[in-house]
Amino acid sequence: MSTIKINIVSSSEEIYSGEATMVYATGTLGELGIAPGHTPLLTGLAAGPVRVQNGSEEEAFFCSGGFLEVQPDLVTVLSDTAERAESLDESEAIKAKEAAEQELANKDASLDYAKASAQLAEAVARLKTIQKLRKNQ
Amino acid sequence: MANTKEVRKQIASIKSTQKITSAMEMVAASKMKKTQDTMLEGRPYSLKIKDVISHVALANSEYPHPFYEERTPKKACFIVVSSDKGLCGGLNINLFKQVIAKSAELNEQGIQSCFALIGTKAAGFFKSVGGQVIAVAEKLGDKPNPDDLIGLTKVVLDMHKNGDIDQAYLCSNGFVNTMTQQPNVEQLIPLAPEEKEESSPTQWDYIYEPEAKELLDGLLTRYIESLVYQAVIENNACEQAAKMIAMKNATDNAGDLIKELELLYNNVRQAAITQELSEIVGGAAAV
Repeated sequence: MSTIKINIVSSSEEIYSGEATMVYATGTLGELGIAPGHTPLLTGLAAGPVRVQNGSEEEAFFCSGGFLEVQPDLVTVLSDTAERAESLDESEAIKAKEAAEQELANKDASLDYAKASAQLAEAVARLKTIQKLRKNQ
Repeated sequence: MANTKEVRKQIASIKSTQKITSAMEMVAASKMKKTQDTMLEGRPYSLKIKDVISHVALANSEYPHPFYEERTPKKACFIVVSSDKGLCGGLNINLFKQVIAKSAELNEQGIQSCFALIGTKAAGFFKSVGGQVIAVAEKLGDKPNPDDLIGLTKVVLDMHKNGDIDQAYLCSNGFVNTMTQQPNVEQLIPLAPEEKEESSPTQWDYIYEPEAKELLDGLLTRYIESLVYQAVIENNACEQAAKMIAMKNATDNAGDLIKELELLYNNVRQAAITQELSEIVGGAAAV
């Protein structure tokens, strides 16, 4: 059976590297199944499971977002370790600017809200991964 | 001639300094291992994202990204990575010298500079030197989190998007080995285009889901972030290595000083005894 190379990395570590007969991931536009010889594809990843199937064996990883690149013989998953949201990025930027102005005294309340909602989204996705894994067993 | 008490006091004070520096050396040595491990753990991601970026550059994308665009430069931004703590030899100052030199060189070409600073030392230095500081990220600790750098990178990228800056440079120390750290000033934006291989297969492009613009924006931003993060963790490894060497030198120097002072102490003591003896002998002779 033909296989495709798969690498899953996050900015702080290498998570998985190996061969697969099929890779399932949660793209921003829906679930993806990638078989060997897939046409080149570049897509964003939503928070959710990435499953790697090799023959009868299957491994699942949680991914809280990032990017997925597909070449005919290679799949690369660039996973974010952090919870990311546009509003959160914005508030981080504001924070860095404030630090430049030496105004660290007053904390932005909206930052905590954005962080909390991103964390919640991730927690839900994590739960989904676990539930899916349970069902498969 | 100095008296014995003074010399003894000096020896005691240098010995206590030596104890501190040797303790700091050991702390730095153990941290160095950890920071080097962190540096190596971060490498797969930066290599993979580089691979993807080079694939993207090879693809005939319908959307040319602004990061590749060469504009007539009017203003450049330096992202300077430094350590939070001192006592690491000339590590930071060597880097700052290079940054200042590069900034002066650009200034001659009529390009203004501004700075985005990582680390307390850089913040302190550029505050005293002057210069426009647009963002600061400090106190990242021994194991910096990529999240802590998002804000700073975004400020720089936003300024690029708005046309406030046309170039960005990443300035940090490169880890050669424990003894050597190499200060580097590298151009970040515009991204140097990958050399297209002549043998590359016929025209192809990705399927983008959703839009090419949205995806490439995100991906290239992530790429820049990963470069900055990698620079920070590499700089951390440099800091600990430089600190270890600096503290080792300090401990050795303290040892040399103590040896010299002990010699002096013995000389002084001997002189005092000789003098006392001769006084006694002189006194006895007088009686």
